Parts: sequence; structure tokens; C-alpha cells
Amino acid sequence: MSASDTPKRSLRTPLGRVRNLGAAHSGTSDFWRQRITGVAMTLLMIPALVIIVMLLGRNQVYAAQTLSSIPVAVILLLFIFASAWHMKIGMQVVIEDYVHNEKLKLVSIMLNNFFSVAVALASTYAILKLSSGV
Amino acid sequence: MVEFALPKNSKITGGKTWPKPAGATETREFRVYRWNPDDGKNPSVDTYYVDTNDCGPMVLDGLIWIKNHIDPSLTFRRSCREGVCGSCAMNIDGQNTLACTRSMHDVKDGAVKINPLPHQPVVKDLVPDLTNFYAQYASVEPWLKTTSPTPQKEWRQTHEDREKLDGLYECILCACCSTSCPSYWWNSERYLGPAALLQANRWVSDSRDEATGERLDNLEDPFRLYRCHTIMNCAKACPKGLNPAEAIAELKLKMVERQI
Repeated sequence: MSASDTPKRSLRTPLGRVRNLGAAHSGTSDFWRQRITGVAMTLLMIPALVIIVMLLGRNQVYAAQTLSSIPVAVILLLFIFASAWHMKIGMQVVIEDYVHNEKLKLVSIMLNNFFSVAVALASTYAILKLSSGV
Repeated sequence: MVEFALPKNSKITGGKTWPKPAGATETREFRVYRWNPDDGKNPSVDTYYVDTNDCGPMVLDGLIWIKNHIDPSLTFRRSCREGVCGSCAMNIDGQNTLACTRSMHDVKDGAVKINPLPHQPVVKDLVPDLTNFYAQYASVEPWLKTTSPTPQKEWRQTHEDREKLDGLYECILCACCSTSCPSYWWNSERYLGPAALLQANRWVSDSRDEATGERLDNLEDPFRLYRCHTIMNCAKACPKGLNPAEAIAELKLKMVERQI
């Protein structure tokens, strides 16, 4: 990038530009939650995979029977929560990295939240429905 | 969205190939980025041939030889020529480093390709505009901050506490790390970058400093600190062998520590 490409020259001092609106005093909880959900997913991945493989090619009755076991349902629910949360935080980081238009960024982050909650709730509903045998 | 392509007036066009020096028995090809703010042209890459029997072994020696013998208009920063001042940081053969400590013989395969530090505005040729980089350094307030009465002699520190600053205080602010970081490329207005964060950790880790919490408050931000995704280009690029990524990880750890 050459100097002439520098966008929006202003008379604000460089330090003023860097300080801008100040620190948001947030970000650590998302950082920490991303690690917690990452570790949780690592621990839950093997049992969740085993359950999924067990259900492959089986009918709904067998699936309902398997999911009626509390440990099985809890493992799958925890896996869903951890994945959805991890996905939400991870996608938000990607959006913040690459989307620089403020309005588009806000809309994208909002949609990302809606999508993650919808995926989590739909999956939870499916698991609860099957495990309760309805 | 982030711009992945160069703006139109930054696209590199073919440059001039300067004749080989007369009478030279051994030469090394240098391909150097050129851009002049005054001629209104796009950047180009000029090709020079350096008489290796008449100049020192380092890339900076080659550039100085070109400036003295072929093209006095070639513009670059240099000062100490021994890896202390950080002035001659540039991108050599695809890697940000110091021209004075990089031997031209370590650059394998043909020409020595030299570009300015990536993703910074260019002042001229190999001189980047580091105004934002220096302001980011200033924003971490890199000086001892205390409220206790100033002691009669120096602020004292144990040997163990002093050792905690090793790997941090040696930074020469050459900007090789920050300008090698993709996160810094995309968000340099808001992400402080590896160099400023390494310096921030240098003061956060200093046992004599009394503003640790205030310093962490100033950094706790999704952009200022948390744009670091541990890509590690910074550690690979640092010509002083420091590890800014580790310093940033230590900062994140301290942020978590004070919350749980």
C-alpha cells in the first residue's frame, strides 16, 4: 500500500487514533469460554461419536431407546451446548477479523447469535423428544 | 470486507534492469521494490547486480553498494548496521528481517528479493510509514509507573524478578513481527500487534511497576489484545529471537487469572 492509498487522512494525532474509544474491558470471558468449550468438546467427542455410530442405520425406536438412557442424553446435550457455544464465539472472531463495515459487522454478529441459538435449541429439542420417547 | 488485493495504484509493474558492473567477476542479483511518491507511477521492481567481491556479506552491504555505485536514488533506512537499532527492517526473500544481520549468501535460489515491510504505507522505496506502529507502542505507556514515594536510590528488584524481563526487554521495535502478522494486516487500526503487546507484557511483568491492573485494563479488549490468534509469524520473523506470541499468551493468562 502506498502512502496515497491511506484511507481517510485526519488531523487527529496518531495516539488519539490508537486510543480511539478506549478499551472495551471485555473479551476475556469469550476467550476463556472458547477454551472451556474446546476442552469440553475434546472430552465429549469420543463418547458422542460412539453414540452416533451406534445409531447409524438404526430405526427411530432404537434411537429413542438409546437416548432414553440419561447418561447418553446428557452426553449429547453437553456436546451440543459446547459445540454451539464454541461455534458462536469462533464465528464471531472470524466476522470481527474480516468484516470491517460496522453495519454489516453488527448484522453478521446478530445473525451468528440467532443461528447458534437456533441450532442449539433445535438439536436440544430433538434429543429431548427422542429421549422422552414422545 | 478486508481487502485481499492490492489497490490499483499499488500494483507492481515491471522495473528497470540496471547493467552489470563493469569488470566484476562475481555478482549477485538484487530485485528491489521501488516506489517514488513524486512521479505518480505504480511501484516497480528494479534489478541490480552487486559486485560481491567489492562489498560486505550482508544484504544491507549490498543495498549500500547499490546506492553508492549504481543508483543513489534508492531509498532505505539504516543506522547501526549490527542489529541494534532496527532501522533496516525489510522483507527479504519473503521474510521480514533486518538487512544488516541477514547474509545475502543465506538467501538461496537466485536473486535477493527485497520489499518494504508488508502492509504499511510506503514513504518511498523500502521506507515504510510506521507512525501507527509507534503510536501503538506509546499507547502501552512503556515506562515505570509508581505511586509509592520514590526511594532515595533506585527501585529495587530481586534477581529472580529481573530474570522475568529476559526475552522482553531486548525488543528493538524494528516492526518485523507486527508487519508479519495477518491479524495486524487486517486490523492494524485496532489490534496493537505483537511488538506493542510484547512491550506491554514487559511492563506488566516488571515487579517494580505499580500499575499492573491499570495496564491490563487498558489491554482488555476484543481487538487490542484478542486479535492474536497464535499464528506465530511474529516469533518466526523476530530477528532478535524473541517470542511475542508467548508474551501475548502470558498477557491472556494474566487476564484470566484475575477473573477466576
